[in-house]
Amino acid sequence: MPGNKTDAIDVRNAVKRYGDFTALKRISLTIKDNEFFTLLGPSGCGKTTLLRMIAGFEDVTEGEILLYGDEIESLPPHQRPVNTVFQNYALFPHLTILDNVAFGLEMRGKSKAAARKRAGEMLELVQLSQFAARKPSQLSGGQQQRVALARALAPQPKVLLLDEPLSALDLKLRKAMQLELKHLQRETGITFIFVTHDQEEALTMSDRIAVMSAGEMQQLGTPTEIYEQPRNMFVADFIGETNLLEVSVDQVMNGRALCHLGGGHALTCNSVEGIGEGAKVHMSVRPERLFMSDVPVETESLKGRVAENIFVGTDISTLVDLAEGPQFIVRTSNSDRGNKRIFEPGSEIFVNMELGAGRLLMD
Amino acid sequence: MAHVNDNIKAYKGFRSVTLLCLVVLYAPLVIVTIYSFNASQSITNWEGISLRWYADVFTGPESEKFKVAAFNSFTIAIIAATCSTAIATLAATAMVRGGNFKLRTVSFGLISLPLMVPEIVTAVATLIFFNSIGFTRGYMTILVAHIAFCIPFAYLPISARMQGIEDSFEQAAMDLYATRRQAFTKILMPLMAPGIISGFLLAFIVSLDDFIITNFVKGAGIETLPTAIFGSVKQGIKPNIMAISTMLLSVSIVMVTISYFVSKSDNTK
Repeated sequence: MPGNKTDAIDVRNAVKRYGDFTALKRISLTIKDNEFFTLLGPSGCGKTTLLRMIAGFEDVTEGEILLYGDEIESLPPHQRPVNTVFQNYALFPHLTILDNVAFGLEMRGKSKAAARKRAGEMLELVQLSQFAARKPSQLSGGQQQRVALARALAPQPKVLLLDEPLSALDLKLRKAMQLELKHLQRETGITFIFVTHDQEEALTMSDRIAVMSAGEMQQLGTPTEIYEQPRNMFVADFIGETNLLEVSVDQVMNGRALCHLGGGHALTCNSVEGIGEGAKVHMSVRPERLFMSDVPVETESLKGRVAENIFVGTDISTLVDLAEGPQFIVRTSNSDRGNKRIFEPGSEIFVNMELGAGRLLMD
Repeated sequence: MAHVNDNIKAYKGFRSVTLLCLVVLYAPLVIVTIYSFNASQSITNWEGISLRWYADVFTGPESEKFKVAAFNSFTIAIIAATCSTAIATLAATAMVRGGNFKLRTVSFGLISLPLMVPEIVTAVATLIFFNSIGFTRGYMTILVAHIAFCIPFAYLPISARMQGIEDSFEQAAMDLYATRRQAFTKILMPLMAPGIISGFLLAFIVSLDDFIITNFVKGAGIETLPTAIFGSVKQGIKPNIMAISTMLLSVSIVMVTISYFVSKSDNTK
């Protein structure tokens, strides 16, 4: 089947086996042109393997990988118009910063002078022109990171692959680099495929995210979809903080599902295709979609007692023990302190759920 | 926790044991060096400073023999070091970059075993080998033997160096459109250079001063410096031997110094 010329990467039924171990179990996904796409998952989930298969460092056991419509899975790395930013940057230690950035251009047949001129422009783009003559070891981690980025972008690859490039940086620098990467992607118009295990990073930067676990894709969607409509337990649990409640579905009608959890507490949420009446499943409720009150305010007010308040900067997390039920985490914005939505430990209160806040999960 | 004094200088007798070791190791070298400048015919009586024995090495009755021997020694050392370094570089590339292939441990053992085998055994075995294939003994037999026994010496610093080079450098090069060969010549070779130079120098020194194997496999009428010196000493030690030894010693010191500084210049960091 011929590929679509406008899709940056088309992975079709890709399988990767190492002997008896299957690292990737038949993954199919399409990455659009000019997209900031993230492969997100815990270590060992296969995300880096998939990236290295696109780069050409791992062969594909079964399946196809298409780059703008052309099959590339059998090409050696140097014949693929994709470049990689490595986790440890892999800057050539014996070359200057300028020659590092010029390397790919020279290998593509540009004259030394032309390659260096373009490399100089790339260094300007990442604001490192004054370091052109230095060696990589004389630069800080953040600067090396930007050199690696300039080096990979200089030959104008069709797709840029980033293998956890920010994991070695401290928090502040990482936040700044996240924005810089996002801007760079928009400026250059190059498709970025970003690998990370940091869900916050993925939500901040990506146009779309593929959540992976144990060699399988768990969910593919925009950050909002992934966060608000997790498909299964793994995604709900891996992305952000959540209350996972064991519920029984009593009735499904008009797109709503009536459920109850231990202790007889009733909850209503949007129904999910494939989960019918009588099903015993999990429901995910984000802590920030819950609020507390001293009198019941909604139909799904659940009676409980405040166990503990935990101050986490912008928010306060409150642990609430339901009468004969599970413990809830309720997250209240600090700015709501004045509205009496925060209660002292020991207070008898009601936990209220916004309509549509609960999400039923496949296992 | 009680403070443990792990400063080795605090042990009793540290100073005297150290001095004893240094004297045993270096006193003979120092004495040979000093007496090579002796003006006297005798090797034990000091009669003042002179360079006459150095002049004797180059112009004296034995000078012709030493010149030929020196020529043999240096050409053999250079060729043997070059060949064994090339082979050792390829071996190290295969061992370090070849993944976890079968017989990897065995291969490593095979490469480094000659270092542990008593030299006399290697010498006898090499001699028998040359005889059994009907190889006439001479310059070529010495050269082939030297290439063979220099390989493990060249291999060790090269593979140690290579283990310190992450393979992501080559991957990055290939990712940036370099072919496998370009990645090797433009990235891996320059990074390995200090190891390769160390390996070459070590092989050179080992070849230059080898006596036992050379003595077994050399034919009649061909000498290297060590065998020539041994031949002269059998007829009584003359001060000119000390002059030659001192010159050989300085060649070694220069090589070791270069090797030290080269390996210190770590360009992978």
